Amino acid sequence: MLQFPLWKKIVIWGICALGILMASPNLQYTQVEQYNDATAALEAGAEETPELAAMAAQWPSFLPSSLVNLGLDLRGGAHLLAEVQLGEVYAARMDDLWPSVRDALRGKRSEIGTIRRVDSPEDELHVRISKPEAIDAAVAAVRALAQPVVSLTSAGQTDIEVSSNGADVIVRLSEAEKLATDQRTLEQTLEIIRRRVDEAGTREPTIQRQGTDRVLIQVPGIGSAEELKDLIGTTAKLTFHAVVGRTSDQNARVQSRQIMLPSEDEPGIFYILEKTPVISGEQLVDAQAAFDQNNQAAVSFRLNPSGGRIFGEYTANNIGTPFAIVLDGGVVSAPTIRSHIPGGSGIITGRFSVEETAKLAIQLRAGALPAKVTYLEERTIGPELGQDSIDAGRIACIVAFAAVLIFMGLSYGTFGLFANVALIINVALIFGLLSAIGATLTLPGIAGIVLTIGMAVDANVLVFERIREELKSAKGPARAIELGYERAFSAIVDANITTLIAAVILFVMGSGPVRGFAITLGFGIVTSVFTAIWVTRLLISTWMQYRRPKTIEV
Amino acid sequence: MRLKLVPESTNVNFFGITYITVGLSAMAMVASVVLFLTMGLNYGIDFMGGTTIRTDSETTVDVGVYRDALTPLNLGDISITEVTDPTRPDLNVAQIRIQAQDGAQAITNETIQAVKAALTEADSTITFPSVESVGPKVSGELVWTAVEAVVFAVLAVLFYIWLRFEWQFSVGAVLALIHDVTLTIGVFSLLQIKFDLAIIAALLTIVGYSLNDTVVVFDRVRENLRKFKTTPLQDVLNLSINETLSRTVMTSVTTLIALISLFVLGGDVIRGFVFAMIWGVLVGTYSSVFVASSVLLRLGVTRDKSKPDNTSGNQFANIDA
Repeated sequence: MLQFPLWKKIVIWGICALGILMASPNLQYTQVEQYNDATAALEAGAEETPELAAMAAQWPSFLPSSLVNLGLDLRGGAHLLAEVQLGEVYAARMDDLWPSVRDALRGKRSEIGTIRRVDSPEDELHVRISKPEAIDAAVAAVRALAQPVVSLTSAGQTDIEVSSNGADVIVRLSEAEKLATDQRTLEQTLEIIRRRVDEAGTREPTIQRQGTDRVLIQVPGIGSAEELKDLIGTTAKLTFHAVVGRTSDQNARVQSRQIMLPSEDEPGIFYILEKTPVISGEQLVDAQAAFDQNNQAAVSFRLNPSGGRIFGEYTANNIGTPFAIVLDGGVVSAPTIRSHIPGGSGIITGRFSVEETAKLAIQLRAGALPAKVTYLEERTIGPELGQDSIDAGRIACIVAFAAVLIFMGLSYGTFGLFANVALIINVALIFGLLSAIGATLTLPGIAGIVLTIGMAVDANVLVFERIREELKSAKGPARAIELGYERAFSAIVDANITTLIAAVILFVMGSGPVRGFAITLGFGIVTSVFTAIWVTRLLISTWMQYRRPKTIEV
Repeated sequence: MRLKLVPESTNVNFFGITYITVGLSAMAMVASVVLFLTMGLNYGIDFMGGTTIRTDSETTVDVGVYRDALTPLNLGDISITEVTDPTRPDLNVAQIRIQAQDGAQAITNETIQAVKAALTEADSTITFPSVESVGPKVSGELVWTAVEAVVFAVLAVLFYIWLRFEWQFSVGAVLALIHDVTLTIGVFSLLQIKFDLAIIAALLTIVGYSLNDTVVVFDRVRENLRKFKTTPLQDVLNLSINETLSRTVMTSVTTLIALISLFVLGGDVIRGFVFAMIWGVLVGTYSSVFVASSVLLRLGVTRDKSKPDNTSGNQFANIDA
């Protein structure tokens, strides 16, 4: 057992060397980070400036340069957990559906009489017909509009369900379609949040989907969660509506299918608008900050061909009437159409500052969030606090490390030194593994490493104590060491697997910092078993062959 | 000369004081439950929802001034505590906790800005190193996930030990675990230390650590049961605990050394977390020596006596060629 074949020795030392090599960039964290940024910039085609070249020369390119990621609690930054209001999209879908339902039913006017859309729950469309006896024909006509749902799990189902209630035709989305819609909405939200965060130019943001309706956003280095919310929070939903009237009475009565929205630049003034928009933001292809003829900050926009055509037709048919430009539930302006506007481009004026138009243009370009998001959880950690934690953690690690090394040396003499070498390699391996997989180190993660330093010697202690016992029964040193390893093995395995179970459960069920702790704890267990079983044993075996002691003291 | 925390060979009768230890453990567990029910845990925002703001200032923290500044904002229940750290006397840090506002949202930007403005007015040098908000909807889920995680971990371990040993061992180990977790919750209730998600991580680590110790003792019990087939169970248990005592103490000490340095030097942000682990190591070591083995003794173990062990008791007992 004490004899190692050459290939095993090579593998063991190779793994140790690799671990130390992978861990080494973390010792020069700032330099390597700058090196990584600089080389990435150069590869992306940035112009080579002396500063960039100097940064890129800070770390030899043949050495590994992956670093442990620092978590938000160490680097500082903002964390948001957003919930997407998926239900809103159903309402928009119903609005989109209304024109085709109307056209389908109009075709059967002789049979079913006149039709009228009546108020309904947000996610349903109710249409009342004047000849209730023909309701079945109406339902059939609407049902013909149903499209098959395009998804793998819902083959054969259609997107809408049509039923009737007295003189009302009731249209709602089918469950399969709701699922598909939810999926699309969430993906779209993720994409749009990603674009907005990227436009702001922060480094390495994490934008992840969580569960069925949530998005986790972590942006290191940003000043505060409020800033991040401002950036992604407003939906920037742009719509153009026909104006029905203008009032200063907030409680004015609004007819069915009309809405009242406040004016943004004239306090106390409200517009009554047609609820179904003429044009919506999805038809927008470009937006730029600009200035109008009076040199006021404004946003120019361009519509896609179909939006341009609708806009052109609408303006041609409604010359002399006002239409409202609505942004996030407020009327930005309500100009009167002076002439036919072909080509699908225009300009939005309002009481904007230059900064506001720049931000608005970004948001319009990135696209409107398909649904509103609410923030369930938000955390901001300042960079100074993170640095304090790193410093405190580093000192604590060094002190803990030194204390355990001294204690082991005092307790086990030469064998204690072997265990200490293994412990040093162990910590290097943990950092090497963390860097290699790009894991994130958090403050509890540092605690996990310190705990590992304390617990990693356990496997060695088990073996050494066992060797002591075996020595008592007067066997030769080599035999005692061999038996010590052999007999301690099952205890080492059982003890570490149980801890590993706890670490895995923490990883699966935990989130954020807790997960960081689980990772370092789990890696710590694996590396400590490796170092105790292989590295220390190899050290002892080499020492035994070299010194050939008659008696040993453990 | 070696440092020896435990003499070379010990022969302590751990079951001589069973009534005292079991009585103590039972009393401590009852006390913990009573404390939990009467005083309750000091739940952090992870579990209760709400907002905590950490402030840092160049002048000494005056809780009264902060309170006066925030009262006009009508934010409901506000608690303000000064953070003290013996290793950093120059620290002027306070922790402000605001109860969850209505609705599922964590907090609105307006509220945060109003709080920051009010505090800046009261103390112009104030900065806000961290602001954390959790909405009531998420905090409810977090509690359940945490409880699930602990229960699931205990069950998984129960299963593993049952696979590797016998069911009696598994019951012993899990009772020891429940003992440790209960006492930890008791001490958190008593000292009113903030109980947040990180503490759940600490609890699970305690579960892992305590098991580690228990399993090492059990492993030796299993081995000795095979070796001494006719020796009474109590003696086998005693022998096994004595044989592993040195290792149990060594590992606890190295772990405690590491944890204490983190407790003292690691900063106030994780002090509660580290405290939970230190407490867990102490209780876990105690329970694996006294609680787990007592349970095992009470339940008994099915032993294979078909092949009488000739060597037990004579001078060849420890030799296997």
